[in-house]
Amino acid sequence: MKEICAPAIALLHRLGDMACFLADGFRQTFRTRRLAGKVLRQVYVIGANSMFVILLIGLFTGLVLGLQAFYAMSMFGAQGMLGSLLALTLIREMAPVLTAVMITARAGSAMTAEIGVMRISDQIDALEVMDIHPIGYLVTPRLLASLITFPLLTSIFTVIGIFGGYLSSCVLLTLNEGRYFSGIESSVTMDDIQGCFLKAAVFAVIVILVCCYQGYNAHLRKDGKGAEAVGNATTSAVVMSCVLILVADYVLTSFLL
Amino acid sequence: MNKEAWDISIESLNGGYGSHLVLRDFSAVMPAGTITTILGESGCGKTTLLRLLLGLNRPQSGRILFGGRDVCAMSDRQFHKLRRRFGVLFQDGALLSSLTLAENVALPLVEHTRLPRKVLRDAALRTLELVGLDKFADFYPGELSGGMRKRAGLARAIVTEPPVLFCDEPTSGLDPITAAQMDQLLLDMKACYPHMTTVVVTHDLGSVEHIAEHVLVLKEGRSAFSGSKEELYAADDPYLRRFLDRKYEESRRMAAPPLDSSVREALSEWLDD
Ligand SMILES: Nc1ncnc2c1ncn2[C@@H]1O[C@H](COP(=O)(O)OP(=O)(O)OP(=O)(O)O)[C@@H](O)[C@H]1O
Ligand SMILES: [Mg+2]
Repeated sequence: MKEICAPAIALLHRLGDMACFLADGFRQTFRTRRLAGKVLRQVYVIGANSMFVILLIGLFTGLVLGLQAFYAMSMFGAQGMLGSLLALTLIREMAPVLTAVMITARAGSAMTAEIGVMRISDQIDALEVMDIHPIGYLVTPRLLASLITFPLLTSIFTVIGIFGGYLSSCVLLTLNEGRYFSGIESSVTMDDIQGCFLKAAVFAVIVILVCCYQGYNAHLRKDGKGAEAVGNATTSAVVMSCVLILVADYVLTSFLL
Repeated sequence: MNKEAWDISIESLNGGYGSHLVLRDFSAVMPAGTITTILGESGCGKTTLLRLLLGLNRPQSGRILFGGRDVCAMSDRQFHKLRRRFGVLFQDGALLSSLTLAENVALPLVEHTRLPRKVLRDAALRTLELVGLDKFADFYPGELSGGMRKRAGLARAIVTEPPVLFCDEPTSGLDPITAAQMDQLLLDMKACYPHMTTVVVTHDLGSVEHIAEHVLVLKEGRSAFSGSKEELYAADDPYLRRFLDRKYEESRRMAAPPLDSSVREALSEWLDD
């Protein structure tokens, strides 16, 4: 009986630990000194540094969607629907999910590695003895910065994706550009955009929570010590973030629809 | 700067990392307003003792008292408030690698005061000057040597003028001149703040001679000696004598080369390749 329960209890314990970590991250918002500067720096690190990848991925996602949808719609003579199909796909699913996954790969992994190295080289202990709350110093700025950058990057992704769809279906193929944009205008509602931002914010919290938590606890890992532990922490942070993003996406979508 | 004098007493402390006990039934007193040096072989648990004192590791049993107050009976919040009075130099400096030296040294002030940037930087520069690093204020820790990192760590530890200062091997990895300067810095700090309690872990018998007022010797996680410097020099315990006379242990001498003949053959094949 004990053997069966042990993994379940361990999982429960970890989830509880993560919840406390997250709660601490938000609580320290009110206790951290000179927070604005730190948040701004993280906005730069998370946001500006991921901008180029987001532009690239957004453009190509739009291009491919436009191409595929054009031929699929042609079969039914429903090319007029292309704009709305593309915009809704981007706003509701593609933009929030792909943006979150790309930021995980670009900034999240770096975050885990940085915090993990700080952990194994006593830097976090040093913060603690200086009475600087390590979560307030390391996690809170990232959490707040991500709540700003994820929605912004998601909107940029959407806009550039719609532009990519326009390029492939109207410029490269033969769709009338008026039909493309009027399709978008007539189908996208405020609810879609709110849902998009909600998803981006939830994914932001998930990514930062998982990536910071893995780095912060790199010294407790059983599958390695020292540099290896940081490497493993980074891998599991990326994998876990991506899985959780998709799970959360399903749950959110089922509530939003 | 706090005018209270803090003595540290440790009573039958058991502690280590998880279930791995390093210190066993360890008791000691570090008198207030003195420089206590902790000596001991590499791996005997000196750093672990400091970690326990700093609350970074939890003791399994025993009591730690700062100025008569038992830290194990305190709430976390009370202990954190108490710990504000500590300055700590970690064994490898533990500077934040993403900040420059000046930012590192100013960090405790930046995070806990509302002073303007200019004042903070001046304070950091003056403290860095004490350890001879003012020219490197805008370097990152990764661009410095091990000894320089250690000195910067000491600057960060003393920037708040703490009443209790812990230094883990402040002079290891330093040349004799810089080491003597670090020792003198500790003595000067002591002269400026007569109430300051300083705990210095060291392997350097020269600096024990120079700065120690009280000496603790650890052996395999237990206390092997506690007393003044003069008492230490007069001690006739064979272990202490070996320590002081830098005598090796006969049983640990190399009787024969450690390599097997098969290993040696394989190596010479590689060398002659
Ligand atoms: N993070 C850790 N996890 C588990 N055991 C550890 C850890 N760090 C140190 N130890 C163990 O604790 C014991 C004492 O180590 P400690 O670092 O306190 O030695 P030390 O006296 O400071 O040595 P040195 O003079 O070389 O710095 C060693 O046996 C070591 O194996
Ligand atoms: Mg040590």
